[in-house]
Amino acid sequence: MMKDCYINGIGCVSAQETTVDNDIENYQFLTERITHAHRPNYREFIKPTMIRRMSTGVKMGVVAASLALKEANLETPDAIISGTGLGCSIDSDKFLKKIVDNNEEFLTPTAFIQSTHNTVGAQVALGLGCNAYNVTYVHNALSFESAMIDAQLLLNEGESNVLFGGVDELGAYTTSLFDLIGHIKKEEVIENGILDSKTKGAIFSEGSQFFVLGDERSDSSYAKLVDVAVHNVLPKNEIEEKLVQFLSTNNLTIGDIDAVVLGTNGDVEFDGVYADLQESVFENTQQIYYKHLSGEYNTASAFGFWTACKILKTQSVPTNLKLNTVKSSSIRNVLLYNQYRSENHSFTLLSSC
Amino acid sequence: MSKGVAITGMGIISSIGNTVEENFQSLINKTPGISRIESIDTIHRDDIKVGEIKTSNQEFIQQLGLPDSNNYSRTALLAEVAVLEAVESAGIVDMNSCKTGLISATSVAGMDMTEKYYYSLFDETHNRKYITAHPAGDATTKIANRLGITDFVTTISTACSSSANAIMLGARMIKAGKLDRVIVGGADCLSKFTINGFKTLMILSDDNCKPFDADRTGLNLGEAAAFLVLESDEQVKKDNKKVLGYVSGYANANDAFHQTASSENGEGATLAMKKALKGANISADKIDYINAHGTATNNNDASESKAILRVFNDAIPSLSSTKAYTGHTLAAAAAIEAVYSILALQHATVFPNLNFKTTIPETNIVPVTEVLEKEIKHVLSNSFGFGGNCSTLIFSKA
Amino acid sequence: MENLKLELKAKIIENLNLEDVEVGDIANDDALFGDGLGLDSIDALELIVMLDKDYGIKLSDPKQGKSIFESIDSLAAYITENKAK
Repeated sequence: MMKDCYINGIGCVSAQETTVDNDIENYQFLTERITHAHRPNYREFIKPTMIRRMSTGVKMGVVAASLALKEANLETPDAIISGTGLGCSIDSDKFLKKIVDNNEEFLTPTAFIQSTHNTVGAQVALGLGCNAYNVTYVHNALSFESAMIDAQLLLNEGESNVLFGGVDELGAYTTSLFDLIGHIKKEEVIENGILDSKTKGAIFSEGSQFFVLGDERSDSSYAKLVDVAVHNVLPKNEIEEKLVQFLSTNNLTIGDIDAVVLGTNGDVEFDGVYADLQESVFENTQQIYYKHLSGEYNTASAFGFWTACKILKTQSVPTNLKLNTVKSSSIRNVLLYNQYRSENHSFTLLSSC
Repeated sequence: MSKGVAITGMGIISSIGNTVEENFQSLINKTPGISRIESIDTIHRDDIKVGEIKTSNQEFIQQLGLPDSNNYSRTALLAEVAVLEAVESAGIVDMNSCKTGLISATSVAGMDMTEKYYYSLFDETHNRKYITAHPAGDATTKIANRLGITDFVTTISTACSSSANAIMLGARMIKAGKLDRVIVGGADCLSKFTINGFKTLMILSDDNCKPFDADRTGLNLGEAAAFLVLESDEQVKKDNKKVLGYVSGYANANDAFHQTASSENGEGATLAMKKALKGANISADKIDYINAHGTATNNNDASESKAILRVFNDAIPSLSSTKAYTGHTLAAAAAIEAVYSILALQHATVFPNLNFKTTIPETNIVPVTEVLEKEIKHVLSNSFGFGGNCSTLIFSKA
Repeated sequence: MENLKLELKAKIIENLNLEDVEVGDIANDDALFGDGLGLDSIDALELIVMLDKDYGIKLSDPKQGKSIFESIDSLAAYITENKAK
């Protein structure tokens, strides 16, 4: 029997402006093929002596983490767990370019030491002086979910408050590589949103979302994290079966799901699996998407998770997230389903608390 | 009472051997795998020594029976060689006979190919296949697909302690009943990226590295992969499996001192060792052998020595760093040293700390310098990384 | 010498990304490390590369940097004495 786990604080930095209430209703559809994060005032959160070496991803991570901790009224967590598909791409790209362009001469260490995948977790720990458990997951579009699974496991092993989250940044060279092989949409402007694009590729962006998972409900609680299941590969014809199985291990059926949050990203080649579910098992379920607001990145599902937390707490679904017109009178159980390019499938179940 | 999580198989490839047996022979014959670099074209060729595996990518591709169209990075090739040996040694016939997961670790990932084709990727379409081999999760997915593991598959990257955390998570998943069997380990190949990175930190030795020596001159980089098969007690019983040893303790702590340097008094390392002992429910005096992180940098060996003194006081068990054999294999280091720890348990042998002459005066720790046969019940293995990541594993006799 | 000192201050600010510091904020005898400007061991490695790249001076042992990088005064004096290009 898994222990009850509560989301007691959330923090988000994304392509959308970070404001005090972060009202999703005010968020704009992204219209460009690549959108950089909207920078919050980093200096409000990070000491000047630390900020000078930080790339965008590290800064976003530190801000999202500190927002989540503040909301949960927690100074030092019992663990810091990060997920990042591509790690610190900006410094990695910078150091690699220097190696190639300068033929290995006159290289300096700063970009290298900031380039390791675990830099965000390390800098959060350093900022807090936190000696606790610290791990970074780097498994493509399952990075955030891996962090979440570890966080839930730690709580069941007896820890009380765990900070976990996802972060990915746009490194210029790495992004150009994915552009080269068609993972990014070719059109300069996405006129009517990703759903109407009917083209290959996704719109790319960057961001970081962190969460405090606690073993006690508090005034700041958003939701209960019930369960997470991952399938690194999952044949198309088994998705529905695995989904039903996942719900049944949690004593639920499709009918118990009040809203489903889908990782639809507008890629005509890979969105079919979502469409199939939308038209079949979830036909009568309220359907939600978010990657038109966050853009695609390996840990974009953390943005989806963040929206789900807000929906459960406010008991309302912002209009700009809706995929259909089905409405639920109250929102108790929310299921998230994400995959990327038909790999890295994940089911995450949240409930109201 | 449970002895810990059972280890039923292991596989390894390093500069001292392409199999577990070859590695063992090199260890007891005091044959290091440190040489000048041959496979990578670098201007530092004559300034550094490395633990390089002398088998070429092409030879690995043949050995593994991969098609010419494959897009394996060297990291993935090494990982697959080691993982296949581990699975074979565990005698796994049907991968899906029970709930099986895969947790791998890497820091270099597909960087070897990205740096090689940095600009040519844009002009020559045939090299673009390596783009999707760049992310850290790629090698893991390749070996998962080869083994037919479809569900719980993940990758950890905490710099030089990465595979310790993969082993730790695997053991925790088994204990929690989330998995019945899990393959855990890590892989990293040599790359210009890491060679130049460590070069800028001025911690690469131009000679054979000398762990725990007062006159140590820095580390040798290496490349390797190693994997363990962990199984639940029920699974071991059901399949009547031979147990090689147990993962009996594990802990992860953060030094929270500096992005790359370890604190002077080894705070993170001390916490990790103490927590691992507590988890294993044994006192420090029960440890018969410490396989130290011992990279032979000034900073690591001084800090790790302090931490060991803090945990073991005056009663330091037999201690050695095997990095003078293999070089520092980064994300693979903890996994290959896990294999060495299990070999130490199985053969009742402490492997020597090569190249040691002079004791560090401040800490006065004297490592074992000759092959030492003695009864070993518990081995403690340390792995520390950039970002303050400190992990300790304890392995116990079957 | 005074020009060199100004040049060094500008380079340090740029290379080490000292966003809030201006040339006028650094006195010639201010301590660059520790309580002064607050530089650390990674900055020392950055400065070693700067010495090599911009002034042709190679330091093989990072420990040598300790006295050289004490202040702008000491750094300028060392460069003037050992400059190769």
